[in-house]
Amino acid sequence: MQTSYYSPARILLPVRPWFIGFSLLVTLLLNFLPASPWPGLPDWLALVLVFWSVREPRRVGMGLAFLCGVAMDVADASLLGQHALAYVLVAYGGSSLSRRILWFPLGQQALQVFPLLMLVPLVQVAVRIMAGADFPGFTYFFGPFLSTLLWPVLTFLLLLPQHQPVDRDANRPL
Amino acid sequence: MEHQPPPFFKRGPAPVALLSFYVALSVALLVVDARLQTLEVVRQALSLFTHPVQQLAQLPLQSLANAGDYFVSVARLRDENAQLKQARLDNVTTLLRTQQLEVENERLRKLLGVKERKQASGQLAQILYAARDPYSRRIVIDKGQQDKVAAGQPVIDDVGVVGQVTRVFPFVSEVTLITDKEQAVPVQIVRTGLRSVVFGLGTGQLELRFLPANADVQNGDVLVTSGLDGIFLPGFPVARVVHIERDTSYSFARIFCMPLAGVENFSEVMILDPRPAVALPPQLANEPVGREAKPQVRKKRMKKE
Repeated sequence: MQTSYYSPARILLPVRPWFIGFSLLVTLLLNFLPASPWPGLPDWLALVLVFWSVREPRRVGMGLAFLCGVAMDVADASLLGQHALAYVLVAYGGSSLSRRILWFPLGQQALQVFPLLMLVPLVQVAVRIMAGADFPGFTYFFGPFLSTLLWPVLTFLLLLPQHQPVDRDANRPL
Repeated sequence: MEHQPPPFFKRGPAPVALLSFYVALSVALLVVDARLQTLEVVRQALSLFTHPVQQLAQLPLQSLANAGDYFVSVARLRDENAQLKQARLDNVTTLLRTQQLEVENERLRKLLGVKERKQASGQLAQILYAARDPYSRRIVIDKGQQDKVAAGQPVIDDVGVVGQVTRVFPFVSEVTLITDKEQAVPVQIVRTGLRSVVFGLGTGQLELRFLPANADVQNGDVLVTSGLDGIFLPGFPVARVVHIERDTSYSFARIFCMPLAGVENFSEVMILDPRPAVALPPQLANEPVGREAKPQVRKKRMKKE
């Protein structure tokens, strides 16, 4: 039953694994952009990891999150394991909450996802302060807010390849 | 025979078990990296995979910069050229005399029996980008193991000291800026010859620490490397004193400095060749072994108590 175009109850095609990998690679690229003058930009990779761990908890799990985190650590000149720890925790949270989150309409989904996205900088700040760094300032926590606002847009974009054409048959309305 | 679940329900290890495994792995990585610093090889190996993606991410910025260069007007280039020629002529007298003075200095030092000053030499590198990590001040430059860069080499620009190479990857390397919280440079005040160590504050400023409240330091004093560390060659400008707080209730003055080099700018830098290690006289070389041995004995005693 195809209720409406944007409804969460819309029947989708199964996800293609290469598309998950491709989206993760693209967000890794986005994260590597030289954006150090703007610390408030969202962590794209974390956002997409949360998305897939909520949507496809059996395909995107903690193993993939760990690999992505280590890649970020190596490229980011940070402590090895800092991003990995945050991403693993978030992937776990996403997959264990996925049954609940998907039940809501998109706006409320974003609110449910916000604590998960906030966990990423919080874990990293905790780790770095324990290792002896200074508090980096509040702009660092601005990213999750932006990510939350982007959640509906991201859901639409990432689910586009799974959409079926809406074909209305006059003879068979159901 | 025990009851087996149908294969439909086989989902690998329980999520909590997986979670604890990965968390333990990340925490182990964190501890080893923060405390023991032995993961450089792992980092270098992993960077082989992340480096191409990083290069790809740099492309838009580079192409923008290239496009900007292309459209620079001829008039501006001509102006710049004229200015540079003028500057060269202005500097030529000092430059020529410096060469002569350096030769003379070398000869006099030989006469006095003092060790010769080492000539500075190095290789040019381009700053690629600032590291995204908001907790540290680091930049990435385009020379790595391929160009025989080694950790510890000093990095300067045309005005002064920028920082020190701290991590080397196959094609790039990381430079910790002198403004980083964990970077210290041994310096000397030009006006008085006072030696001290300047520490980064992590805010773009530097601080001269452990100088008494009545130390002879003034605003505008220039700090140069003292060369006592055996890493930086002596005489490179580092910073200028901008603010001094003398509070008699503390035993030390708080002296803030601004770096002279364009530390936070994007430009070209020079990686200086490492200084050859100074060989200690045999008596001194043997001594530290004895000194190190003593605390170990003490530790053992403490354990027995």
